Amino acid sequence: MQTRNSPTHYGWVAVAFHWLMAPAIIGMFALGWWMRGLSYYDPWYRQGPDIHKSVGILLLILLTARLLWRWANVSPAPEPAPRWQQRAAGFAHWVIYGLLLAISVSGYLISTADGRAIEVFSWFQVPATLQGLENQEDIAGVIHKYLAWTLMGLVLLHGLAAFKHHFVNKDGTLRKMFGLAPRNNAA
Amino acid sequence: MKKLAVLLFAALVGTSAQAAIYKVDTQGAHAFVQFRIKHLGYSWLYGRFDKFDGSFSYDEAKPEASSIEMTVDTTSLNSNHAERDKHLRGKDFLNVDKFPSATFKSTSFEPKGDGKAVLKGDLTLHGVTKPIAIDVTEIGGGKDPWGGYRQGFTGKTEFKLKDFGIDYDLGPASQTVELILDVEGVRQ
Repeated sequence: MQTRNSPTHYGWVAVAFHWLMAPAIIGMFALGWWMRGLSYYDPWYRQGPDIHKSVGILLLILLTARLLWRWANVSPAPEPAPRWQQRAAGFAHWVIYGLLLAISVSGYLISTADGRAIEVFSWFQVPATLQGLENQEDIAGVIHKYLAWTLMGLVLLHGLAAFKHHFVNKDGTLRKMFGLAPRNNAA
Repeated sequence: MKKLAVLLFAALVGTSAQAAIYKVDTQGAHAFVQFRIKHLGYSWLYGRFDKFDGSFSYDEAKPEASSIEMTVDTTSLNSNHAERDKHLRGKDFLNVDKFPSATFKSTSFEPKGDGKAVLKGDLTLHGVTKPIAIDVTEIGGGKDPWGGYRQGFTGKTEFKLKDFGIDYDLGPASQTVELILDVEGVRQ
């Protein structure tokens, strides 16, 4: 598999970004939802949020690298589809990127609201920057929660659309996401 | 006899016999609403509410007629840890979206001599109103250097979180929270 994207194929870097981040993002949502209900004496009461914050920072770094890589590469042409669908899909992808960024930043603003740094798996620390705003942790918390639910709605739509392309339209959209050749070329 | 003389004197002087109204000095932050609760039974965790307001009436000659009303902004909880503060303001504890303020209205003030007193009243917290008794110590009072007149007290009370409908389990050693209240009032 090629490293860089071509007008017809995603390179392995783009494919790896997608499939590394997708399960991590869905897992982060599940972890975030689950850890809020933990009792104080649960062994995960501290571990859950620690992992959530660490993975969140790593995902933000990955997202930045991914966007840079996207910018430095061509994007393979979308499969033939009505113009409005292509536009809607393109728009949804950018909304997903925007949500990922906003969710990461709002999460960071919760944990650093009092000036404490975020410890990433005791590998390194991310210091606080914007801090001490009135009720910062509460406001950032509300934003974090609703954007996360919005993202999951779009992720569901994104997944359903991928299956629709593969099973109904029988085009190469989903195959391309594994670096495979579009169907018509492969046939 | 001595008491009678004081009363008589007070009646003669007139205005000084009237209970003076004091505004709690939140402007200069000479008042504190603090709490503490045991962490795991191993240490004390302290927190405070940064925003509150209130006033009291106090008459040195007739302290038993004293009364106080205080309102605390529960969203201003501060325990020096953002994630904990967020949790304490949330549904597991104070649920400040639903109950943004807590109030205390006194019903009686019983001087016990030696500057000590018991202040009774109704505390409304987390939407639950219950009578509580606060042990009060008078710290001092008199003229301030800027032309005003001040009176200050410290008070302590404790109650079970469960009594106010807060039943998140912090463990057996952390059922009871103590309130440490310090007010300095400026006579109006």
